[in-house]
Amino acid sequence: MTEKHTLSIEETAHVAKLARLEIAPAKLEQYRGELANVLGHVAKLKSINVDGIEPLTSPVDSTNRLAADQPGATLSLQELFMNAPAVEGRFIAVPKVLAEENS
Amino acid sequence: MSAPFTDAVSIGEAVRSGATTAEQVTKEFLSRAQKANASLNAFHEIFESEAMDAARAVDAKVKAGKNPGLLAGVPIAVKDNLATKVGRTTCSSKMLEHYRSPFTATCVERLQAAGAVVIGKTNMDEFAMGSSTEHCAWGPVKNPWDTTRVPGGSSGGSAVAAAAGLCGFSLGSDTGGSIRQPASLCGCVGFKPTYGRVSRYGLVAFGSSLDQVGPLTRSVRDAALTYQVMAGLDDRDSTTADLVVEDPMKDLENPIAGLRVGVPKQYLSDANDAAVNSCVNDALQRLQKLGATLVEVDLPLTDIGISTYYVIAPAEASGNLARFDGIRYGHRAALKTGESLDTLYSRSRAEGFGSEVQRRIMLGTYVLSSGYYDAYYGRALRVRRLIKAEFDNAFTKCDVIAGAASPSPAFKFGGMNDPLKMYLCDVYTVNTNIAGLPAISLPIGFAKDGPHSLPIGLHLQAPAFADAKLLRAARMVEKTFPDILRQAPHS
Repeated sequence: MTEKHTLSIEETAHVAKLARLEIAPAKLEQYRGELANVLGHVAKLKSINVDGIEPLTSPVDSTNRLAADQPGATLSLQELFMNAPAVEGRFIAVPKVLAEENS
Repeated sequence: MSAPFTDAVSIGEAVRSGATTAEQVTKEFLSRAQKANASLNAFHEIFESEAMDAARAVDAKVKAGKNPGLLAGVPIAVKDNLATKVGRTTCSSKMLEHYRSPFTATCVERLQAAGAVVIGKTNMDEFAMGSSTEHCAWGPVKNPWDTTRVPGGSSGGSAVAAAAGLCGFSLGSDTGGSIRQPASLCGCVGFKPTYGRVSRYGLVAFGSSLDQVGPLTRSVRDAALTYQVMAGLDDRDSTTADLVVEDPMKDLENPIAGLRVGVPKQYLSDANDAAVNSCVNDALQRLQKLGATLVEVDLPLTDIGISTYYVIAPAEASGNLARFDGIRYGHRAALKTGESLDTLYSRSRAEGFGSEVQRRIMLGTYVLSSGYYDAYYGRALRVRRLIKAEFDNAFTKCDVIAGAASPSPAFKFGGMNDPLKMYLCDVYTVNTNIAGLPAISLPIGFAKDGPHSLPIGLHLQAPAFADAKLLRAARMVEKTFPDILRQAPHS
């Protein structure tokens, strides 16, 4: 039923990078095995004939509902900053985005 | 009155009539919650002073002759992935350890407007990912029937709070069974409404096309009433249905004449615990005695549900959880001089998220990545349509589909330490979410394990937007077990 799925450590590291997760080598090896297991199980999907079947992204066939173009209540800056890890004046502080030369 | 095991409807009636006060009820439940929490860990936070203030406000309304609402003075416990202005909203994650929401979820607001009093936030599997509440950054939640066993998950704390009488009722969220499975394992009622019935505004998103908020209660009528209060269109959630909510209370006590109960052969599998199958068969026989017809239906895609779900849900989760980047809110890692913004993202996420969340984000990232998208995600969405069609077809022959909510009663802590093994526990519940159907689990018996009784739940599913009918069918079953929800764990 469950097929064997191989996942290399390089592929696992690539997925971690895409997911923005800094993972130590031992933990990465653990995830590699676990993900390979799950992907092996999930491979069952291949046994189902889906020819001519359209994807279903949501159980409700809803069309986008537009709100009236009227300003409503919004959150204050103070409320928005309440959870920010670092604030400087009216800004959220982040590390340098552009690398400095020779740094 | 003996508060712990009365239901929310009775509490509301007693407060409105002046037979008791919201203050008295809230005090009693707060004290029970505080006492029990040391051994059960159902709550992350209990709001003593805020709850007492809210209760006094309800009493003032009663005194002034104003309508205090249908849920006047009913103490409620809220799953910690629902935003509340009071206290923190942590999703049981270190990522959101200190997060305070600047707003309250629509569903909670509607309950509060009906007089409900929020007494605390409940522990859960981190970001609602899990079936045991072992993946909780604030420690595992214990099953009140046997504290060496899990309460199920991910709404484990809410199920325990409802089952052990620590609140009038509680709120959970259900992405693949997270209300129904813990309700089954803890011996309370767990109701997942049709997708689009209850606003998701203020619910921290996991799988946006699967998530639905619902109540965990000590009676079917509580599930009906609380659903009625919460359901309906919300401008702040564009997926809420613009359809009139049928009054679920109106005919609740009237049995459905000629009820057709679909019984898929795939649901009474030999892989289930023997006690589970015997309880389900017993409940089916009781329905038959009430005049219901049992109809054999075929759901051959039951088995493919887990594979479909564990592609779609992680895919959606990997996108939804991308917002946790250490910048605007949530955990931010410390950087050494010269380290980049990218390292800030990766390290904050690695430090903030627990293992199960990291696994699912990686799984979701993998199935959405270039070269694999069509083979996994695209294919799963096509199978999703087939699963929905299979249900549609079955519902031409029956009104509800019955089976077990969980293949086994509560398992021991650490009993499912392989992630895939844990995922397979959701076999009977995930397809409901994949198709967006309403479903309920209600207690129908116990498995015996030495001195312990372990609750078993009946799972009923119905067509989309047949929530009121589903609740009526559940009420028919409940009436044949008059005392089952009044039994106290630890007894």
